[in-house]
Amino acid sequence: MSKTNNETSFFKKLVGQQFFIPILVLLVLVVFNLIADPSFFKIAFGTNNAGNPVLSGSLITILDNGSELAILAIGMTLVTAASGGQDISVGAAVAIAGSTLLRVLCGSNSRPDELQAPIIVAFLVSVVVAMLFGAFNGVLVAYFKIQPMIATLILYTAGRSIAAWINNNELPIVPGETFTYFGGFIPGIPIPTPVFIAIACIIIIALVLKFTNLGLYTQAVGINESASKLNGLNPALIKVASFVILGVCVAVVGLIKVSRISTINYSVVAKDIEMDAILAVALGGNSLAGGKFNMAASIIGAYIIQFLTTTLYKYKVPADALPAYKAVVVIILVVISSPTVKDWFSNLTKKLKVKEVA
Amino acid sequence: MSKNNSTSNGSFLDKVKNLTDTSLLLTITIVIFVLMYLGAIIFQGGGFLKVQTFFNILNANAALIILSCGLSLVMIIGGIDISVGGVTALVSMSCAVYLDNMGGNVYVSMLIALAIGVAFGAFQGALVAFLDIQPFIVTLAGMFFARGMTTIVNSDPFNVANEGFNELKMTRIYTPFGSTNAKGVYVPAYVELGVVVALVIVILLFCLLRWTKLGRSFYAVGGNKESALMLGINVKKTKFIAHLMCGTLAGIGGFVYFLHVGSGSPSHATGAEMDAIASSIIGGTMLTGGVGNIIGTFFGVLSLSTIQNIVASAGLDEAWWTGITRAVMLCLFLIIQSVVMARKHKK
Repeated sequence: MSKTNNETSFFKKLVGQQFFIPILVLLVLVVFNLIADPSFFKIAFGTNNAGNPVLSGSLITILDNGSELAILAIGMTLVTAASGGQDISVGAAVAIAGSTLLRVLCGSNSRPDELQAPIIVAFLVSVVVAMLFGAFNGVLVAYFKIQPMIATLILYTAGRSIAAWINNNELPIVPGETFTYFGGFIPGIPIPTPVFIAIACIIIIALVLKFTNLGLYTQAVGINESASKLNGLNPALIKVASFVILGVCVAVVGLIKVSRISTINYSVVAKDIEMDAILAVALGGNSLAGGKFNMAASIIGAYIIQFLTTTLYKYKVPADALPAYKAVVVIILVVISSPTVKDWFSNLTKKLKVKEVA
Repeated sequence: MSKNNSTSNGSFLDKVKNLTDTSLLLTITIVIFVLMYLGAIIFQGGGFLKVQTFFNILNANAALIILSCGLSLVMIIGGIDISVGGVTALVSMSCAVYLDNMGGNVYVSMLIALAIGVAFGAFQGALVAFLDIQPFIVTLAGMFFARGMTTIVNSDPFNVANEGFNELKMTRIYTPFGSTNAKGVYVPAYVELGVVVALVIVILLFCLLRWTKLGRSFYAVGGNKESALMLGINVKKTKFIAHLMCGTLAGIGGFVYFLHVGSGSPSHATGAEMDAIASSIIGGTMLTGGVGNIIGTFFGVLSLSTIQNIVASAGLDEAWWTGITRAVMLCLFLIIQSVVMARKHKK
C-alpha cells in the first residue's frame, strides 16, 4: 500500500514539474524520429562551399535555426511575465533592426564595394533602434494601459513598412566575407556561429537573473501589480524594461537573420516568428497570463519547436502547410495543461484510488 | 457607466460627461470619419464626391465589415479571435476547389463556407468557454490550422470559372444615386451583393446587442464576469455563443470575400484579423470588454479604408505608407480609449 502511495506521489510530482510537458514532447519527437528514420540523428563532417570544415545533419540544423527563436524566447518570457501579454511585433521589429543594420553598413548606396561602417557600430545602432521601438511598445502598455497584444499590433502593422522605408524599399547587399560569419560559419570552426550567439545570450540572461533582482521584480509585477507597487517597485518601469530587453534580443536576431543571406526581404524576414516565440513560452509551461516564469523551460520550448519544424520539413511537409501541424500540437498541449482537464484527471485518479482501497 | 441624470438644460459639456463610454467612443468615431471624408473631398476634390467612390469602399470592404462585426462580439465579452483571416482564406480556397475542380453548385458552396465557419467557432468557443483556455492562444492555433489547411487543400492560387458563381459575383444592385462619367453618360452607382449581406448583418447584430437578453449578457460578461455570474447569467454559455457567432460570421465573411475576389489563394486575407481588430478598436470597442457598438465597428472599417484611399489618391501609393498611416490611426484611437478609461476611473 505504501509503495503504491509512493509511486503515485512520484508520478504526481513528475507531472507537476514544469519541464514535464516540454520533455514529454521532446521524447515523443525523438522516439518518432528514431523509429521512422534513425539517420535523422546522424551528424556528418564535411566542407561547405567556401572550403571550411563544417558539421551537418538534422540536429545541427535544429541548433542552428533554433538560435533566433531561443534568443527571442528570452525576451518574450520576460515580457509575458511582467505584462501578462505577448509582443506580436517581434517579427516586424526584426525587419526594422535588420534594415537599420543594412542601412548603416551600406550607406545610401545599395551596392557598395566595401562596408561603410564597422559591423559593431552598425549593430549598436540597430540595438538602439530596436530598444527604442521596444520602449514605444512598453510605454503604450505600461503608461497607457493598453493590452500588450493590441499595443504591439501597431508596430506589427507598421513595422515591415518602416523597415522598407528605412532603405527606400531597396534591398542592399552587404559586401565582404566578414559579415556572413554571424549567420554562417567562422572559418576553422565547424559549428554554426548562431549557436554560439544563442549560447552567449543564454549565459548572459542566466547571469543577469542570478545576480540581479530582475527576475524577482518581473514576477512580482506580473503576479500582482498593485502589491508590487506597495512594496516600492515601479511596475510601469519594469514593464518598459522588459520590452526594452526584448528589443535587444530582436536586434541580435536581426543581425543573425540579415547575416544569413547578406541582405533582407522585408515581407519575409522573420515571418511568423512572433507566433513561434509565444509558443515557445507556452510550451515551456509558463503561464501566458504573466507572473511566475521559468527561463530555461522557455528556451527548451524554443528548441523543441525547431525540432518539430525540422522533423516536419524532413517529411516533405511544405513550408506553408507547416502551421496546420503546429496548430494540432498546440491544441493538444493547451488542452492537456488546462486547469479543467487537470482537475478532471486528478478526480479520475482519486476515484480509481478509492476503488483500489475498497 | 455613468448615470444619465443630467437635467435637460445642462450645458453641452455636461452632456458629454454623462455619455456612456459606448456612446462617447461611437461619437468620436463617427465625427472623425465624417471629418476625414470631408477633408478628402475638400483637399482631393472630385473623386471623393462621387457616390461610386464611397460605394467602392463598401464593395471592397464588405467582407471586412462582417469579420469586424464578429470580432466586436468577442471583444465585447472580453475575448479575442485572430483566426478570422485564416478562416476567410480557407473558405475561399475550399469553395474555389469545390466549384471548379468538383463542378459544384454555388449554393452548396455557401453551405460549405457556413459549415467551416461554424466548425471553427464551435471548436474554439468550446475550448475557450468550457476549458478556460486563453482565447488568444486557442485562436492563434485556429489561425495556424486554417492557414495550413488552405495550403493542404490547394497550394496554388487560381481563378474560379464556375458559371453560376460568376453570375452571382457580377450581380450588381443599382441605386438611384449616380454620376456622369468622362463621356457625359449617366452611370448609376452600384453595390455588390456582399454589401447587402454586410448591412443586414450590421443591422441584425445592432438589434441583438441592443434589445435582446443575449446581447445585454454579452456586455455584462465583458464588463464584469463575477457580477454577471451573480446576476444569473451563464457566463460560459455566453462566451461560447460569442465565439460561435464570430466563427459563423467569419464563414459568411469568407464567402463574401470569395464572392468579391473570385479566386482561391493561400495568401488571401493576409492580416485580415489585424484589420478587423483595428476596425473594432477604431469603432470604439474596448479591448478590456464590456464596451462596444456594431455601428461603431461599421464606421471603423470605413475610416480604415477611407484613409487607405486617401493615401492612395494622394499619390503616396508606395506600400509602406498604407501600413504606417493605419498604424498611426490605430495608435491614435488606442490612446483615445486609454484617456476615456482614465476618465472613468477618475469618477
